[in-house]
Amino acid sequence: MNDYRNIVADGLWRNNVVFTQMLALCPLMAVTTTATNGLGMGLATTGVLVASNIVIASLRHWIVEEVRIPIYVLLIAALVSLADMAINAWLHELYKVLGLFIPLIVVNCCVLGRAEAFASRQPVLASAVDGLAMGLGYTLTLMLMGGCREMLGSATLFAQASLLLGQSFVFLETTLIRNYHGFLLMLLPPGGFLVLGFLLAGRRLLERRQS
Amino acid sequence: MNVNPLAGAPHAHDGDSVSRLMGAVLLALLPVTLYGIALFGWPALNLLMVTVLACLLGEAGCLWLAGRSMRLGLLDGSAVLTGVLLALSLPPWVPWWIGAIGGSFAIVVGKQVFGGTGQNIFNPAMLARVMLLVSFPVEMTTWLEPRPWLSGSAPSFLNGWLITFGHSALTDGVTGATILGHVRTELGMNHALSQILPGHYQPALAAVGWTGGSLGETAEILVLLGGLWLLWRRAITWLIPVAMLSTVLMLASGFHWMNPERFADPVLHLLSGSLMLGAFFIATDPVTSPIAPLGQVVFGIGCGALVYIIRTWGGYPEGVAFAVVLMNAATPLIDHYLRPRIYGRTWRGQPRPVRRKPHET
Repeated sequence: MNDYRNIVADGLWRNNVVFTQMLALCPLMAVTTTATNGLGMGLATTGVLVASNIVIASLRHWIVEEVRIPIYVLLIAALVSLADMAINAWLHELYKVLGLFIPLIVVNCCVLGRAEAFASRQPVLASAVDGLAMGLGYTLTLMLMGGCREMLGSATLFAQASLLLGQSFVFLETTLIRNYHGFLLMLLPPGGFLVLGFLLAGRRLLERRQS
Repeated sequence: MNVNPLAGAPHAHDGDSVSRLMGAVLLALLPVTLYGIALFGWPALNLLMVTVLACLLGEAGCLWLAGRSMRLGLLDGSAVLTGVLLALSLPPWVPWWIGAIGGSFAIVVGKQVFGGTGQNIFNPAMLARVMLLVSFPVEMTTWLEPRPWLSGSAPSFLNGWLITFGHSALTDGVTGATILGHVRTELGMNHALSQILPGHYQPALAAVGWTGGSLGETAEILVLLGGLWLLWRRAITWLIPVAMLSTVLMLASGFHWMNPERFADPVLHLLSGSLMLGAFFIATDPVTSPIAPLGQVVFGIGCGALVYIIRTWGGYPEGVAFAVVLMNAATPLIDHYLRPRIYGRTWRGQPRPVRRKPHET
């Protein structure tokens, strides 16, 4: 039980994909112009991460060491294609918002990173928990980044959340300042790097205070 | 203040320090600053105070976070200079939050993130100006004609306060385009320069600053005087300004000679926009420009060429800030390849061959 608690704590905070491993920054910069986009991308990545960790952990005794990376890539690509088609078929509204970024999960290095670092040498259940924890940790950072950039850039929060989560979540959509001029830099990639840099500095400060 | 009389080299110290250099540059900027305030009234003074205050607050906050001496960092004048340079490069009647965001961005992101004074890669004031121009294009391109102090058109103290700190947007009646902006718009409509310029541009008025533009960039003569004084005081070297200005002059002359209806004449380029201010006060920043003389020449030529290219073919009418920031980014590379020759060694770093005197052999 203690092991699972460790895995969850690693995924959510201690070994967070973005804040500690500094992986998966490309989708992070591209998608996080709003908190809603971050949430959607994070959930899709989490789904793929859990599935790929389960598949790779269950096949780990048959995968030959020398060609393991091509096999991982093949498996992950197959899973992402499945997710892409499934979302297109059953969640078409969401696909219209996120469609462009879902195939990009293939090149998300945190999926391959967890396959190589965790799923290839751990049992199936632990790998599934690791995928879930890592994915949720990634989702949280995406939402944090998206929220910061959205608040600074357009003074809204969770804009268009109802498109992603359904009409019952309209209450999430808030406008902080009316007639906001817009802070374009924050919505452009340099703003993403700036916000990420300050969030990392904030995390360091927090850790220094704790220790 | 000499704490340790037997400290390391240089042993012959002429007493220069960061604060003395910053003081000299601030003094050289004083005439053009006062003139700009006189030309654009109370809002310009408000803006200057806002940017300087924002820079000082940003510096103090960062020094506090880093646990460094606040007195030393705040009193060396570098934050004040950044604030003044930023204010001089902004449209004089922008609302206060532009100055506040710009000033704190300049210090926090432009300087302290890299490690503080002397460690920054980009000129902080120009980085902030570029950021503001990209983020708030409407406010940053709202220019106005000069309305000097004590003339009927100048805003009163209260009105000036409202312009800077109030919510009222500037009415169209008081705004106008800069010369470069006007030329750019009209050229875009396929008008020839001989139709565009008369009535909008007089070289003598442009030289004394009687045109729309940023707070401190319009009075080229005062900028030139301040720059020459800095040269005389040896606070800056002549290589960067001369290389930058002559590159713009040569490019402008060449293209103007080929097609005078399409390309503005070199004097217009020299007397409009912030070219002069950039060449003497911004590109010469010792932290962000190359060290070796040859590198400084390359840096100046690069700045000048980029200014001309952006003004003539780019998306913005003026490009001094972009040019300087881009060349700042190239400075480490220039410093790497164009090192000065080490004394007593060849350019390749080998010891120089000893020249034997004939009678020894």
